[in-house]
Amino acid sequence: KPINSQFELMPPPYSLSSLEPYMSRQTLEYHWGRHHRSYVENLNMQVTGTELDGMSLEEIIIASYNKGNVLPAFNNAAQVWNHDFFWQSMKPGGGGRPSGVLMELIERDFGSFDVMLRELKLATSTQFGSGWGWLAYKANRLEVGNALNPRPSEKDNKLIVARTPNAVNPLVWDYSHAYYLDYENRQADYVQIFMDKLVSWETVSARLEIAMTRAAERAREEEKQREEDEDDMLDSEAVEMYLDSDNDDSEPE
Amino acid sequence: KASKVLSFYGLTTPPYDIDALEPHMSQRTLEVHWGKYHRDYVDGLNKQLENSPLYGHTMEELVKITYNNGNPLPEFNNAAQVWNHDFFWESMQPDGGKMPWGGLLQQIEKDFGSFDKFKEEFVEAALTLFGSGWVWLVLKKKEKRLTVIKTSNAVSPLVWGDIPILALDMWEHAYYQDYKDDRVKYVNTFMNHLVSWHAATVRMARAESFVNLGEPKIPVA
Repeated sequence: KPINSQFELMPPPYSLSSLEPYMSRQTLEYHWGRHHRSYVENLNMQVTGTELDGMSLEEIIIASYNKGNVLPAFNNAAQVWNHDFFWQSMKPGGGGRPSGVLMELIERDFGSFDVMLRELKLATSTQFGSGWGWLAYKANRLEVGNALNPRPSEKDNKLIVARTPNAVNPLVWDYSHAYYLDYENRQADYVQIFMDKLVSWETVSARLEIAMTRAAERAREEEKQREEDEDDMLDSEAVEMYLDSDNDDSEPE
Repeated sequence: KASKVLSFYGLTTPPYDIDALEPHMSQRTLEVHWGKYHRDYVDGLNKQLENSPLYGHTMEELVKITYNNGNPLPEFNNAAQVWNHDFFWESMQPDGGKMPWGGLLQQIEKDFGSFDKFKEEFVEAALTLFGSGWVWLVLKKKEKRLTVIKTSNAVSPLVWGDIPILALDMWEHAYYQDYKDDRVKYVNTFMNHLVSWHAATVRMARAESFVNLGEPKIPVA
């Protein structure tokens, strides 16, 4: 009997009307109840019976991104993940200012909270077509295929602002269906309200902590790997030297 | 006293009243889609061209030049969206829909099998477009046939030398006010009540002077 791992539509961590008046119940009904739902349903149809069946959502996203040559399931899988993440990025009575490590990093990496805000607004207003704006913690990785960056730069291990087209994700604006019913073409108002009234800095802080821990763990593992590789290299060099000296011995003096 | 006179691209008005497509496309949609989005593209383009050597081209030339063989210049998005929207407004008319006729219908039947097959293909293309973009009926110059294609964001078939006959805007700002996520209804309403086969016929007639669609019939005597 084949195992069908079916994804489910995860509800937002608040009631549909609790973001009123900044994001209306009607917007949530459509954006969560219909758009998000159809990404989930289509993903389930696409995945069933394929090699992606049984993988976690993150695994499907990475496998179907296929290093840039995206497979059909990518758009739906990534949009499901992006929307889960987006709903959790907000809360009733959100907004205000972050605190703790998050605020320290924002001030360290952007200069000030207001500069970060300006960059986020710029990133989203210059996103042409559908897409997302993100606040992301950049580890020491290349943007392509999550490869290790051989040339670490000062942009590593810090907070950055990014924007991505369509379903691509590296966190927090959406298609016009996220704001059209409430804001029509006033995208700038939507972004401002999101920052002032909706964003959940608690969630963002918690994610940052996880991201930093993960990045540090990865760095430690890679350091260990490098040391082992170097040891291996030293070992093999030693063998060669031994052979060389062997040869030396056989050479006439 | 005499100030510098600058002439820029203007916002072209749709060839019908702003409420003339009701109830299929509401006045509010036109107010926002034409009056705000389309205007923003025009304003954005004029601002970019203020001190640019690109200023002075026709819009069609500008779209092709700024596409820059697939490495678009910063002006491309605005230029192409201005052209696409002008073309889109003119692809519709009050009391549109129904059937094409004459040479255009014959060519559709030749290239798609039947008018219904063409409709099916057009609707399918619209529903499978991911993200923002456009669906087109174009005359392919080299292949000498009508084809349905879809493009992402601002991209227009002009950039490949194809001749557009019809365009349908599949950006959410085109239909969200009236249809929300019901794209099936939006696309079918476009087909059944809005598309202007008059405009398509005129465009096809013009296209035929660039593309030989069959054995030439040389007049005798």
